[in-house]
Amino acid sequence: MAGVSRAVVDLILKYFVQTNPVIKLDAIQKTYHTGEVDVHAVRGITLNIFPGEFVAIMGSSGSGKSTLMNMIGALDRPTGGHYWLDGIDVSTLDRDALADVRNEKIGFVFQGFNLLSRTSALENVEMPMQYNRQRIHSHEQRTRAQQSLELVGLGPRADHHPNQLSGGQQQRVAIARALVNKPSLLLADEPTGNLDSQTSIEIMGVFQKLNDQGITIIMVTHELDVARFTKRMVILRDGKILTDEAVQNRSVADKELQRLRQEQQAVKLAS
Amino acid sequence: MRIIASLKIASRALRRNKMRSLLTMLGVIIGVGAVIGAVSLTSGATKQVEDQVSNLGENVITVFSGNFTTGGMRGGWGSAPTLTLEDTAAIRLLPHVVAISPEVRDRAQVLANGLNWNTQVLGESPDYPQIRNWDIASGSMFSDQDVRTLAKAAVIGKTVADQLFPNENPVGLTIRIRNLPFQIVGVLAAKGFNLFGQDQDDVVIVPYSSHMHRITTRTFVNSIQVQAENDKVISLVQQEITDLLLARHRSKEQDFTVRSQLELMQTVTATSRAMGFLLAGVAAVSLVVGGIGIMNIMLVSVTERTREIGIRMAVGARAADILVQFLIEAVTLSAIGGAIGIAGGVGFSRLVAYLKDMPTVTPVIWIVIAVVSSAVIGIISGFYPAWKASKLDPIDALRYE
Repeated sequence: MAGVSRAVVDLILKYFVQTNPVIKLDAIQKTYHTGEVDVHAVRGITLNIFPGEFVAIMGSSGSGKSTLMNMIGALDRPTGGHYWLDGIDVSTLDRDALADVRNEKIGFVFQGFNLLSRTSALENVEMPMQYNRQRIHSHEQRTRAQQSLELVGLGPRADHHPNQLSGGQQQRVAIARALVNKPSLLLADEPTGNLDSQTSIEIMGVFQKLNDQGITIIMVTHELDVARFTKRMVILRDGKILTDEAVQNRSVADKELQRLRQEQQAVKLAS
Repeated sequence: MRIIASLKIASRALRRNKMRSLLTMLGVIIGVGAVIGAVSLTSGATKQVEDQVSNLGENVITVFSGNFTTGGMRGGWGSAPTLTLEDTAAIRLLPHVVAISPEVRDRAQVLANGLNWNTQVLGESPDYPQIRNWDIASGSMFSDQDVRTLAKAAVIGKTVADQLFPNENPVGLTIRIRNLPFQIVGVLAAKGFNLFGQDQDDVVIVPYSSHMHRITTRTFVNSIQVQAENDKVISLVQQEITDLLLARHRSKEQDFTVRSQLELMQTVTATSRAMGFLLAGVAAVSLVVGGIGIMNIMLVSVTERTREIGIRMAVGARAADILVQFLIEAVTLSAIGGAIGIAGGVGFSRLVAYLKDMPTVTPVIWIVIAVVSSAVIGIISGFYPAWKASKLDPIDALRYE
């Protein structure tokens, strides 16, 4: 019974999803009232992101990308305009409803990984399921967390604590955590900011692989190299969209890694 | 958010800072432990006194005759010739009176076996052992028949028996009171010292009629011992006796006094109640101090874990989830502290009981009070920090360094 209804839901979703954007921003604005001066961080952004897209949001500091990111992530509400996430008008929700949206619809990946220390990778990944409104049995939580870790290639290290893992591995745990509630959207904020170039490419490889499986990803970055792994680049300036175009000559993580290794080999031989 | 999951998170957070958690709990541990220990010791002492009071007999009401004054000399309670055997008979007919004994007291030199001994000679009715909850060790009590016939029968206490008959069973032997030979029909079981330090076993008991006609020549009794049906009717019976005697004596002034064991018991319990209030005060103060300690640490913990709160909120924890998590942590701290405190307090009182050979009783109600108040302290002291945590803005919390 459950299997049948799930299949039906999937079918409906497939149809629904093909015609509707995951994210629909309509003239969205954010103004901070600090003292006498109003700061217009975001000044009317209209943007649609469809299922299966891999979008980089770029811009220098002060361009409004962090503010936009917070609003897309349902951490903050716009002061003007509307934002639909998966058909839900997020701009009208209260605090608790926003928390539920974050829990069910969005997976976060942060620059600083933001894992709980002295807590195993598996338990870190289980954490979002503890806050799921549909109660998930602890046995199922374990299974799903393990599957999620295997998806990012960390299955054997499930019982390691963050301080026993490298930066790249920690970020993979964070990605596994972001995916565990099967969100509509993976939101990454400078996910490679704390990583060396090889690890950065590896993480981008993980994202590309997930995107190939149909997961929608939005990534905020200020590094062009990193943005070139995505499919679409949105560049902001002064709270508005400057350019929005498809990525030409897209980088592929596997090839980039190979090239990097060859370069290292060459350097080694030369010295 | 499930309670079990919250408990897990709480226990992990507490284990992360073992030393700090222990020190935080110490306030509650000491508070609860001191209270339980002190309560155990005082309850033990109170119980000891209560046992002694009930040793005087169960549900006993005593009617003393009034004070008798001649020429400025006041004779004290029981000296006025106001209580009579007719009063006794009238009281016997009151409802809820199950046993009664008119009491006539005298001190006399008694002789037996070539030995003599000064002791208290009491005239009583055959109900007396029942009223005083006193067993006959050997032989039996004299009978109503003995009372009617002014029989020269006596029941002696253990001390008298030991003094006059060191090596034999006195039952059936003769004792001379004021030169009159009385046959010993029974020996009372040892009762020991009473609450006021008197040796209760140093006594000879004869039928009140024999006492009044043969030993002394009195027409009045010193007091009347009345046993009520149960402890609930004691006050009622007391009142009835008072009304009855006032009517019988036709006097405006009350020439008698009615006392009950209940009053003595109430005096004792009033003392222990005062002690209880004092302890409750100490408990309240120490628990408040413990609570402040918990609140302090929880505030530190919330600040330290701002980032964790941010992460949890980012992945979908509602404000209520965060509130519950920190509240459970505070309650866990105080509950564990309370449990250790109870164990410590009971252990301490047992140790004292063992070393000092004092009875200790830990009333269950105080354990319940300790558990409830430590939980309440946890909730109260945890609420503000937890509320503060739940009101954090996820964006700020995530950026917190």
